[in-house]
Amino acid sequence: MESVNDSKGKCGAEASAQPQPVRLDLAEVREKLSRQRGPEVWRSLEELAETPEFEEFLHREFPRQASEIDAVSRRGFLQLAGASLALAGLTGCTKQPPEGIVPYVKQPEYIVPGRPLFFATTLVHGGYAQGVLAESHMGRPTKIEGNPDHPASLGSTDVFAQAAVLTLYDPERSQSILHDGRIATWGAFVADLGNRLRALQGLGGEGVRILTGTVTSPTFAAQMQDLLTRFPRARWHQWEAAGGHHGRAAATRAFGQPLATRYDFSAARVVLAIDSDVLTEGPGNVRYQRDFARTRRVRKGNLQMSRLYAVESIPTNTGTLADHRLPLPAAEIEAFTLALAQAVGAATAGGDVLTDARARKFVQAIAQDLRANAGASIVAADEYSSPAVQVLVHAINQALGNSGRTVFHTAPVDAAPVDHVASMRELVTDMSAGRVELLLMLGGVNPVYTAPADLGFTPALQKVPLRVHHGLYENETSEYCQWHVPAAHELESWGDARSFDGTVSLMQPLIEPLYSGKTGHEVIAALFANRADATSFELVQAHWKTLLVGNFEEAWRKVVHDGIVPATQLPPAGASVDGGAVQQAANDIRASLQRARSEGSNKVTLRLRPDPTVWDGSLAQNVWLQELPKPLSKLTWDNALMVGPATAERLKVSHEETAEVSWNGRKVQAAVWVLPGMAEGTATLSLGYGRRRAGRATGLGFSAYELRTSQNLWNLPGAEIRGLAGRHDFACTQNHHVLPQGKRKSGMGEDGEIPLAGEQAEKRHLVMTGTLEEFRSDPDFIKKEREEPEPGESLYPGWKYEGHKWGMAIDLNVCTGCSTCIVACQAENNIPVVGKEQVQRGREMHWIRVDRYYAGDMDDPRIHNQPVPCMQCENAPCEVVCPVAATVHSDEGLNDMVYNRCVGTRYCSNNCPYKVRRFNFLRYSDRETPVLALLQNPDVTVRMRGVMEKCTYCVQRIEQAKIESKVENRPIPAGTLQTACQQACPTQAIVFGDINDPESEVTRWKSDPLSYGLLEMLNTRPRTTYLAKITNPNPALAAGQAHPEHEERT
Amino acid sequence: MATIDSPLPKPYKPPVVAPGHTPGTVTDKISSVVLRRTPKWWYVGFGISFSILMMFLFCVTYLFAKGVGIWGINQPVGWGFDIINFVWWIGIGHAGTLISAILLLLRQEWRTSINRFAEAMTLFAVACAGMYPVLHLGRPWLAYWLFPYPNTMGMWPQFRSPLIWDVFAVSTYATVSALFWYVGLIPDLATLRDRTRNRAMKIAYGFGAMGWRGSAAHWHNYETAYLLLAGLATPLVISVHTVVSFDFAVGQVPGWHATIFPPYFVAGAIYAGFAMVLTLAIPLRAAFHLEDFITTRHLQNMAKVMLATGLIVVYGYMAELFFGWYSGNIYERFMLMNRATGPYRFHWFALLLCNAVVPQLLWLRRFRTSPFWLFVISMFVSVGMWLERFIIIVTSLHRDFLPSSWGLYKGTIWDWGTFIGTIGLFLSLIFLFIRFLPMISIFEMRTIVPGGTEGGEYTTAPEQEPGISTEQGAVP
Repeated sequence: MESVNDSKGKCGAEASAQPQPVRLDLAEVREKLSRQRGPEVWRSLEELAETPEFEEFLHREFPRQASEIDAVSRRGFLQLAGASLALAGLTGCTKQPPEGIVPYVKQPEYIVPGRPLFFATTLVHGGYAQGVLAESHMGRPTKIEGNPDHPASLGSTDVFAQAAVLTLYDPERSQSILHDGRIATWGAFVADLGNRLRALQGLGGEGVRILTGTVTSPTFAAQMQDLLTRFPRARWHQWEAAGGHHGRAAATRAFGQPLATRYDFSAARVVLAIDSDVLTEGPGNVRYQRDFARTRRVRKGNLQMSRLYAVESIPTNTGTLADHRLPLPAAEIEAFTLALAQAVGAATAGGDVLTDARARKFVQAIAQDLRANAGASIVAADEYSSPAVQVLVHAINQALGNSGRTVFHTAPVDAAPVDHVASMRELVTDMSAGRVELLLMLGGVNPVYTAPADLGFTPALQKVPLRVHHGLYENETSEYCQWHVPAAHELESWGDARSFDGTVSLMQPLIEPLYSGKTGHEVIAALFANRADATSFELVQAHWKTLLVGNFEEAWRKVVHDGIVPATQLPPAGASVDGGAVQQAANDIRASLQRARSEGSNKVTLRLRPDPTVWDGSLAQNVWLQELPKPLSKLTWDNALMVGPATAERLKVSHEETAEVSWNGRKVQAAVWVLPGMAEGTATLSLGYGRRRAGRATGLGFSAYELRTSQNLWNLPGAEIRGLAGRHDFACTQNHHVLPQGKRKSGMGEDGEIPLAGEQAEKRHLVMTGTLEEFRSDPDFIKKEREEPEPGESLYPGWKYEGHKWGMAIDLNVCTGCSTCIVACQAENNIPVVGKEQVQRGREMHWIRVDRYYAGDMDDPRIHNQPVPCMQCENAPCEVVCPVAATVHSDEGLNDMVYNRCVGTRYCSNNCPYKVRRFNFLRYSDRETPVLALLQNPDVTVRMRGVMEKCTYCVQRIEQAKIESKVENRPIPAGTLQTACQQACPTQAIVFGDINDPESEVTRWKSDPLSYGLLEMLNTRPRTTYLAKITNPNPALAAGQAHPEHEERT
Repeated sequence: MATIDSPLPKPYKPPVVAPGHTPGTVTDKISSVVLRRTPKWWYVGFGISFSILMMFLFCVTYLFAKGVGIWGINQPVGWGFDIINFVWWIGIGHAGTLISAILLLLRQEWRTSINRFAEAMTLFAVACAGMYPVLHLGRPWLAYWLFPYPNTMGMWPQFRSPLIWDVFAVSTYATVSALFWYVGLIPDLATLRDRTRNRAMKIAYGFGAMGWRGSAAHWHNYETAYLLLAGLATPLVISVHTVVSFDFAVGQVPGWHATIFPPYFVAGAIYAGFAMVLTLAIPLRAAFHLEDFITTRHLQNMAKVMLATGLIVVYGYMAELFFGWYSGNIYERFMLMNRATGPYRFHWFALLLCNAVVPQLLWLRRFRTSPFWLFVISMFVSVGMWLERFIIIVTSLHRDFLPSSWGLYKGTIWDWGTFIGTIGLFLSLIFLFIRFLPMISIFEMRTIVPGGTEGGEYTTAPEQEPGISTEQGAVP
């Protein structure tokens, strides 16, 4: 209630200046009510119904902060007072009417209580599909796994897919159709819009505008096609805030058409990522990680390994895996690309563009390496590079003969590949000119928040007479709309979408829409095809009826079952890069380079990026993603203005201090986070924060959209950063207290914690590294570094494991640090979210974490990722100190935690050298919100306050597999028993299994000479072991490198 | 006792009791403190202490309602003020038994005038300490699971855990200390029963005196029991803090896992205990004009014990530093470097100042004999010993093996509230004790004044011939 009042206060002041959504003041109404009527208001409902104040209060209570624009319709609505009163009263209750529970009269097929079912379906992120299997327990989806048959998944997922199931149950999702902020019905919506549309239909749909994000759904595209035939003058606009704008522009320039590009990393021996997180971001990232990892699995007897270079302005997950990583400012990266294009013959030579000797050396070495592996290499630049760079990259790949071998250009994946920026500009122009009568915003688009700041979307929007918003949440945009229609979640919907390679996969609902949400298909059908009752099922099936070959029933069943429509992958298109475009790109780069180099030294290039967890802001309300430590920075619940140590020092800004970023007259305040590895003169601020209306995410972080213009979507050269005095409290999960006060060198001085942690991590041999050459010359070189204690060094006799003996191994060589394992574990094991304040106090609950260590120079460090679950030590230090035997060893080697025996002394956690135990300091599990109960995995206890918890190797999965094997009287088949982290991992860096089985994958990994344990000298005998990180440096670069890799182990 | 002629003159020893006292005046003086009308300052003092105790109650109620998350503990620092305070209080609780039992067995009769309230202090400190292991639990309502009792779960506690050893050590210590204290009180309760004019008090003291009439048989049984209890209590002085130190020494955290811990903890406990005895004795002595009984000699002796144990503690610090360096173990070395240069370096230097530097003043007689300076130094030691536990627990945990899991710890308002609250409890109990019970053992004091059984150590001739007391509680 307080927040409602506060926002009223702010808005009231601005209201006179320009029309703003007006919010109600509950307190005021209540006070008036009590003053005028006293306690007798509650005597009878009829009496109440005659009280305008009360009616108003009642109707406005539910649509909190609702707009109040159309007075006429409100009055009309009030005429229905009697009926709506009862209705509104009912909807206000959280209690369901009593229902009798009866057992199934007929047992439905397959449904066995306690046994989950898996359904193939599709999740959409940024418009692109990821095929998944949704785990359903008695009709409620609880967990997402990758669909092994789907080319974008192959059984793995990314963080967004793992977190999708939380969005489904999110109690903050909008729960009813709203008309001017009041609860309305689907019928009223269709009727109201129908009236307006009938009027407009005569004009051929003049003034009808539909705004969506990127659309890859064939059904939706066909519906739009149909719509545009019926309403020929209607227009379809698209705006995907974090979409592939530059990529599309570059492809159009290079090939004359907006072709899509995809890679085959499994065939690449040399990869260069140019300012690009190609491995862990973008529609194909899960598949790319899988393919790339396949080329990096070095073992004894397999010394084949690809080589990865990363030249980047912002440290990325891809960069952490790179054999050579070169931090360069954005402008220099353009020069680097041009130099490389010249070196491989993709662009005409024309003078040396590079000034940096190290960069020059890199270009030479990389060009040589690429030429030596022509046709088996990939040069990748992604969305955030300028179109010029991407044009050159296309030219380089073509010159190297990679096109058609490792790099494929296909017809565009999205249904209507238009230039989103132009589309948006056109929409805003038309809205401002009053040419738009009806704007229908579908699929959760939030242009009020995400539209380029220079377009002036919001004022233009207010000139549109009828504004409709459809989405999962009420947001900044829905605030300005007369109608808001809740969208159905992907797990509640029928639908279809294409993945990065064009493969169509089908979406099937796992559950009836929880909040009576509608799909985009249904909204379009109801409004434009007069089919208010059409379900998405009918619409999707009708679309495919003509397209599936063979017996439709059979084919349809198979498609639904498999999740993918066969043979829909887009074939590679022969395309050649236009020479003029390359020349043009080279000229562009020279021009921008000149500009950048003449710029004052106090300027930086601000780079915008989608946030690694909340993406463009549409996922801001997903608390799993909010609390997921962002790769590298390990920040939660916030974004930050990130700069490198040297840049921070030069700009005189400090860690965790607020600063003002100004660019082209636009200003934003943000807090600084000093991130080692950022290129000099580069700053970055991720999108997705600074939301004004996003439920629990409101007000978190800083809005980068306020700086983002239609010309400069990702790259803002010449930005100025000025330190302000204020401080901002970040919530970081690793080395939070980086900085000693008063040290200007941004805390990277000798007693800063991050360098100290890195230095100690090396001394302690936590992340063991080596080069391929070392491994080749001495396969046991890691073994020699290990401090393995003698067997039997224990007071207690050893245990003989007769049956299973579980163990895990983690391959550091392929871990990208993408953090999918963390969310997967959270979903599988009912791990609660603790909130920003508790994270600040160091109480996050994740059972598996990804440790990040820096080594070497803080401005150009080597970066290592290390996933750390429970080590399930054989000599577990936690077990001996528990006074009540709440943590004990199982006869299969697991270190079991008995929640209902735990009294909470925390001694076990103190004595755990790996600090993997997590304590419920307060009651973190939400047991009050009924809908969240549906989310919980029924096989895992929901922990109460005061008990310790930790990774169990997903003991519930182990037990399930054992039961099945007993029932079927066979051993557990290889590969079927996977932990949640292992199953989700895109690079398959985690393997779990029975160490007693000499044939198991885990045994093979553990017997590899690269295998080592964490803190082995403590004689804890960890069951989770690691494979050392092996790099494959280019000899041409290794010699002159500032920090040769082998130093790392000394 | 007959004086034995010795070839050498006895060195001067300050008297244990000021000259001029007889058993009668001793009884009068000490019992009058209890039987007199309550002085006004007592109400003020008790009022303040009791208010603090109520704050403690509030903090604990909130703690039980919300959970230990209201404190500053986190990952990796799982123990904070809770265990710091536990160890601190239990350390303070060591002086009483040491004075009562060990000094009794060693026949240090100067202990007589301080043993009663030192024992009381012990009990109250153990009461404060004893609450923390329960309060610090995540689920305190299940604290009884730490006791071995027959149950339908068929579960014993896990006997390898030092926390279980703690349960036995602390509960035994509390029981024996309480018994010892109470048994010592019986003859004095009889005295008070006989002297009070208040009917209700007479009954209350009468119950407490358990029918004591001062018969020879009573005295015989009493002496035997007291000596036996002293014998029982003696090993406990060593064992309790040894076991408490195992909580840390058995763990493998660098900074905990050290063999020096048991002796170092015991010495620290006695150090802290004597500091607390002095902290209480000096104001009490002034308030009740007990300078005759708690003489400069007592203060000096206690100061000497403090100095000696303090030096053992300093030796412990040096040993830790030496072994950290000598082991060559990077974790140990880092832990020590981190103590001296890490985020808690100021705590560490304050600890050294309080525990190692300031007490060196006690080498000088001027400081040993000045109640004011002794009080100040004892305060330093009390703070220092608290900091020592802070350093051991917090700085060891906050940066242990994996740098990724390093963190910081800071007590919250609830930590401080609970800590200060137990001080309120302690002071409330002390105030009640000095009001209702004789804070100095009457009958034992009578034995050391001229006319008592053991005579006095006067260097001057006694002014009065030993007489037979008319009191029932008198010597047999």
